[in-house]
Amino acid sequence: MELKDKLISSFFAFEEQVDVNNDVHQLRTKAIKDFETIGFPRKKEEDWKYTSLNSILKEDYSLFPKKESAIDYNDVKKYFIHDIDTYCIVFIDGIYSSQLSNTTHDKIDACLMSSALHSPKYKAIIDNYFDKITPKDSGLNALNTAFSKEGAFINIPKNTMADRPIQILNFSTGSEAALMVQPRNLIVVGENSHVQIIERHQSLTENPVLTNSVTEIYAEKRAQLDYYKIQNDKGSASLIDSTYVEQKQESFCSVHTFSFGGKLVRNNLQFFQRGERIDSTMKGITITEGKQHIDHNTLVHHIEPNCESHQDYKGIYGDKSTGVFNGKVLVEKEAQKTNAFQSNNNILVSDKATINSKPQLEIFADDVKCSHGCTIGQLDEEAMFYLKTRGIPAKEARALLMYAFANNVLDSVKIPEIKQRINKLIANKLNVNLGFDL
Amino acid sequence: MNKFTEDDLREELKTKEYEYGFYTDVESDTFPVGLNEDVVRAISKKKEEPEWMTEWRLEAFRVWQKMEEPDWANVHYEKPDFQNISYYSAPNNKPKYDSIDDVDPELLDTFKRLGISLDEQKKLAGVAVDVVMDSVSVTTTFKKSLAEKGIIFCPISEAIREHPELVKKYLGTVVPTSDNFYAALNSAVFSDGSFCYIPKGVRCPMELSTYFRINQAGTGQFERTLVVADESSYVSYLEGCTAPSRDENQLHAAVVELIALDDAEIKYSTVQNWYPGNAEGKGGVFNFVTKRGLCEDRAKISWTQVETGSAVTWKYPSCILKGDYSIGEFYSIAVTNNFQQADTGTKMIHLGKNTKSTIISKGISAGNSQNSYRGLVQINSRAENARNFSQCDSLLMGNECGAHTFPYIEAKNKSAIVEHEATTSKIGEDQLFYCNQRGIDTEKAIALIVNGFSKEVLNKLPMEFAVEAQKLLEISLEGSVG
Repeated sequence: MELKDKLISSFFAFEEQVDVNNDVHQLRTKAIKDFETIGFPRKKEEDWKYTSLNSILKEDYSLFPKKESAIDYNDVKKYFIHDIDTYCIVFIDGIYSSQLSNTTHDKIDACLMSSALHSPKYKAIIDNYFDKITPKDSGLNALNTAFSKEGAFINIPKNTMADRPIQILNFSTGSEAALMVQPRNLIVVGENSHVQIIERHQSLTENPVLTNSVTEIYAEKRAQLDYYKIQNDKGSASLIDSTYVEQKQESFCSVHTFSFGGKLVRNNLQFFQRGERIDSTMKGITITEGKQHIDHNTLVHHIEPNCESHQDYKGIYGDKSTGVFNGKVLVEKEAQKTNAFQSNNNILVSDKATINSKPQLEIFADDVKCSHGCTIGQLDEEAMFYLKTRGIPAKEARALLMYAFANNVLDSVKIPEIKQRINKLIANKLNVNLGFDL
Repeated sequence: MNKFTEDDLREELKTKEYEYGFYTDVESDTFPVGLNEDVVRAISKKKEEPEWMTEWRLEAFRVWQKMEEPDWANVHYEKPDFQNISYYSAPNNKPKYDSIDDVDPELLDTFKRLGISLDEQKKLAGVAVDVVMDSVSVTTTFKKSLAEKGIIFCPISEAIREHPELVKKYLGTVVPTSDNFYAALNSAVFSDGSFCYIPKGVRCPMELSTYFRINQAGTGQFERTLVVADESSYVSYLEGCTAPSRDENQLHAAVVELIALDDAEIKYSTVQNWYPGNAEGKGGVFNFVTKRGLCEDRAKISWTQVETGSAVTWKYPSCILKGDYSIGEFYSIAVTNNFQQADTGTKMIHLGKNTKSTIISKGISAGNSQNSYRGLVQINSRAENARNFSQCDSLLMGNECGAHTFPYIEAKNKSAIVEHEATTSKIGEDQLFYCNQRGIDTEKAIALIVNGFSKEVLNKLPMEFAVEAQKLLEISLEGSVG
């Protein structure tokens, strides 16, 4: 049976697990119908021109893991940012693990979507925010909404600083031959509030996993949000991550995406600026090898005047891997005095690697400063030569230069521990030991 | 002092009718509207074409019937009814002229009013003009001096009759009949166009040029141009157009094929000023053009275009850099005003080693217009050391217009170096203020700034065209400040 049919027919089984009298369930039933009409994206669609899902859709995924799996903290400790104090929301095969998690309701709410959906306390928030900014023309979003049940729910009330960062971790244990999970996250940052979030998807075995994740983020007036996505999964795991951010006036949001692992990774990242003097930042480092396929699809929708957006994506592509960058800046007629910058730099290190870049500007306002730049090139031979004359072996020299190439993306990372972690991941990925912490 | 205010400007623009909007009353031999195999056969017969050509057209027609009109471009318009177009129209009195004096005086007058008086050009610029008026070449000048060098420059219909071996060898090799909807349509029904062949090692002594005009009401224009530059030859080819004012949308679907063999160089320049529709966006020409060039080893093709006219433009002059060390260039200025829409750009396909391409695109949008750059830079896995530089700048005037950039960059070789940058901005208040302060009125100041903005491209045009193009920019943008 095709995955699409399987998903549609298993919706009835899913209905038995959830409270069908909940308002959210109306959204679910509508969404499954939408998914039935729209289906999975095809290569004919402009947004999916360079990414085909065919290879990952043919697996026979099980949609509901049969048993709850427990994992020992020591086995997965390395996937946590453990050297700082954080709140943790941990899911194993899509199911909440209270043993590994450290949630809170003290001042801020960092808890579960399933409990938020059923608790009357959060009904207003769910009614106000749930599924409000996800584009309805996407089959993958509809699919996620239809099966939305579990995920992280983070609510930072007005005038609150979250006292520590929040980690969202999704583990898959491989207890099923192939697993599909669909986490659904909702993050609301109230007026003048501030929060930092780290998200990671990790499979623990080589069994195929497909994650179709949707995250909605709402930043109210003057809110500040830093979001870090660490994508360093096994070569058998695929991830489709859709993140939608709606910002109100004077808010500041940044999303950093570090893509090193995974078989197929597709990041849909969209910002909607509904207010003046907003700053949106999205940055990314991508390093690939093998037959990896990593696709970044971004959109910044400038709706109101006096806003800024910054995009900076760096990619290093090796072996037979493919990289895609499809960035779009849309400036509406009313959005005068917009400053939008977009930059995409790529290095191909193998003859079989491919990069497809499509930086788009669509501008309807005249008093704007918008620019985009895109480069594809190699490491500077002279710099390589210089390093070699100083006694640094070619491999390390190359790694140093690549590190330098990607480095300025890390400048805006505000948590030093994450910076260190990323540095380590880069060194691992480039397969070098530089003898010092980069 | 007599002050010319912005309101005056706006008023002037509104009342300013298309300068070249007049209609020459030349008796035309026009086919009834509609398209089917019989019409294709009739066109072929009318042109006294050999059997293989008729078959070629019919094949294209069959392919076209199966195709759908593309709608991916960032333009919106009412799709033309292809069964409501007359596919052939030729000026009736069509003797072969020996000298320019024999040409219908009314025709000559048309060109004079366009400011391209043939005899003047003949004398001053040394330009051979292959005049195309409603699809049929009426006169060819300087043929003799070209013939001495072995250069063939004639209407394509004549080339089909007299040089079938060349046409057969090259026609449709760069733009196959099945390439796209409009190319297929053109292949089936093209009425005429120009053919140019430069023999080995010859440097064409003058700028070759054709003027395209759309004249007869309700006739589509389907030009076919084929330029072949044999090994180590050079040619510079100019194409310029103005069309009479017409209320009903006119369709223009031309195909241009350039073939530059080893070490050859082709420079192809276009100034396009077709009727853009009136201030309310009514009427205007639909310009759906397929232009493509093929470069063999060490060959170079350079496209330069100044696009100011047409209601809807859909045009991507491309280079296939097949040979090693070949070079492709694209320089473009696209100006849109009122309700014009332009979706234009280029494709640079790098296949050979050490190939280079440069793209400089300047978009200027004013009024309610939409101006898009759409380009593809593709580096294939065999293209070692390929190099591309692209720059797309957009200038916005007024807050009702839009500027869009859709670059596609695909690299499959690690030695490729590709750079793309794009900026969008408006004319700085301070720049205008500075000019005003120096006694330059706003209108002039805008022209000055726009000229500076487009200088990189204007510089690439042949002399005569550069002057004309500069004027055209000023005219197109008149009164667009607000």
